[in-house]
Amino acid sequence: MADTVIYAMYDDDDVLKDGAKKLVAKGVKVAEVFSPFPIHGIDPIIGVKQTRLGIMAFLYGITGLMLATIGMRYFMISDWPMDIGGKPNETYMDNVLAFIPITFEFTVLCAAHGMAITYLLRNKTLPGMPAQNPDPRTTDDKFVMEFRMSENSQFTAAELQAMLNETGMIELDQKEIH
Amino acid sequence: MSHKEAAIREPLILGHKTYHEITEDVCKPIEDKAPRMWYILFAIALIIGLYGVGCIFYLLGTGIGVWGLNKTVGWAWDITNFVWWVGIGHAGTLISAVLLLFRQKWRMAINRSAEAMTIFAVFMAGLFPLIHMGRLWVGYWTLPLPNHFGSLWVNFNSPLLWDVFAISTYLSVSLVFWYIGLIPDFATIRDRMKKPIPKRMYTILSFGWSGRAKHWNRFELVSLVLAGVATPLVFSVHSIVSFDFATSVIPGWHTTIFPPYFVAGAVFSGFAMVQTLLLVMRKAMKLEAYIHTKHVEYMNIVIMVTGSIVGVAYLTELFVSWYSGVEYEAYAFINRATGPYWWAYWSMMTCNVISPQLMWFRPLRRSLLFTFVISIVVNIGMWFERYVIIVTSIHRDYLPSSWSMHFPSHIDLGVYIGTIGLFFVFFLLFARFFPVLALNELKTILKSSGESYKNDTAPVHPYFAKNGHAGHDHHEDNNHNH
Repeated sequence: MADTVIYAMYDDDDVLKDGAKKLVAKGVKVAEVFSPFPIHGIDPIIGVKQTRLGIMAFLYGITGLMLATIGMRYFMISDWPMDIGGKPNETYMDNVLAFIPITFEFTVLCAAHGMAITYLLRNKTLPGMPAQNPDPRTTDDKFVMEFRMSENSQFTAAELQAMLNETGMIELDQKEIH
Repeated sequence: MSHKEAAIREPLILGHKTYHEITEDVCKPIEDKAPRMWYILFAIALIIGLYGVGCIFYLLGTGIGVWGLNKTVGWAWDITNFVWWVGIGHAGTLISAVLLLFRQKWRMAINRSAEAMTIFAVFMAGLFPLIHMGRLWVGYWTLPLPNHFGSLWVNFNSPLLWDVFAISTYLSVSLVFWYIGLIPDFATIRDRMKKPIPKRMYTILSFGWSGRAKHWNRFELVSLVLAGVATPLVFSVHSIVSFDFATSVIPGWHTTIFPPYFVAGAVFSGFAMVQTLLLVMRKAMKLEAYIHTKHVEYMNIVIMVTGSIVGVAYLTELFVSWYSGVEYEAYAFINRATGPYWWAYWSMMTCNVISPQLMWFRPLRRSLLFTFVISIVVNIGMWFERYVIIVTSIHRDYLPSSWSMHFPSHIDLGVYIGTIGLFFVFFLLFARFFPVLALNELKTILKSSGESYKNDTAPVHPYFAKNGHAGHDHHEDNNHNH
């Protein structure tokens, strides 16, 4: 879908945030913000929802906990119950204390790696992926707001640029995408 | 003006820095040619490391008999080095995880290199149990894999198997934590790099990171949750290492205070190693504005606290060995202090109990030279601690006819020295090619903890100068900075 994208560059995170706040109040939709570091407080202004990766981490952790429990119950209780010093493993509960360290470690292992893999997949940041920031300086000290004309059809490009000029931006770029 | 924190807090970034200068300061050493000193140090470390690898090959080809072990002392040098390296490997994740949860901003200058150090130290630690197996290539037998020996599983009741899970979880989670933090910084280097081949390398390493708002939102949550799960992990790992001893029935090992005592000792030695490395690195890479006296002082306070915990643990052990009324237990400790290994015991006591107490004096804990000396003393002391615990507890068996001594063979020494060489090979490569400071995270604390922003000498942005509000009064969440 053909669209006109406008990139407004700033040299300060606070100026960008101030500008974003004013633009959003006027009804402008900010499509994306590119920044070298997290700008705290920008998410609610431009409408980025809090991520649900934390819930995923919990679910991965629960999975690890269950796998460790089922695995150790099978290895140590049902498949080959070891009788160590006359202390047999009749039931899982007989021996649960010895299983706690590995249960914990495996829970952490699954939660951490599951979340990290989900994070990379959701971000589409994987080895060999091309960089998508509009300007190489946005990983150094510049901050860019992206607007799509299709999402801001109530304004013309000229009107949007006039509003942007009041927000202390330093550079403006326009691009047609197909 | 809520970017500001209390004026009484010392600034964490000295002088006036802009975002761009932070990028420059961290990326310059990577983009420039390495100094001659780097090549010299790298060559020395590599030679020592290769000598160690040679010793390991000789060991694997000949057998464990080349070590200085005997019938009575069946566990000595190898496990000492294992515990020593794992202990050193405790600072990085403590700094990045525990200090993140406590919102300690000063961690940002040191967490990257401390984590790198952790990972390399755990590599070295992991090497020892593997070579101790004698047959390195069957190391995977420690995993619960289906096999053709009937349903023969590894023993989940054994602390040695707990160790397998603890160390491998710790290593892999630390690695992931470290790498997720590195991705945005690799992107910064990628976008600056002019030379085509390095640019290609950093493009691969940076996974196409673009710094989108949603990605940063996820990044912050992932860091927080990883810190949350890594914090109990740090404490569990060395607790489990201590179970290797504490769950045995050897007097001197069979001690219920081992888990907290080992964890405190691990943090103690880990921070000492961070000090040793960073005091050199900040000078060599001109990072004095980011890692300065205040950071060193904070770390020295951690060393002082954990060193005191270790000191109390030593005294508690002595008291309990007497109070227990068990003569074998009492003898184990009398023998440590007055037996043939008295020199090892008193080296440990001097290095670990007395030296951290000197940190109560403010001029001493703010002295970089003093800190450097103490950091090395502490790691010598912590090596002796493990050697004392392990060897003195077993060298005098219940039967005096079995009494023996442990003397390391030259292979023992070679493997140990070799791991130090390999560790420095890894660390020097890291310092050469990786961003040694979490540069993009540092930018988030620039306005709250940078010196020029704290004393109002930083220029006000023209936009705010024109629009009337000089400060950053719309910044609500200055506590939220990781």
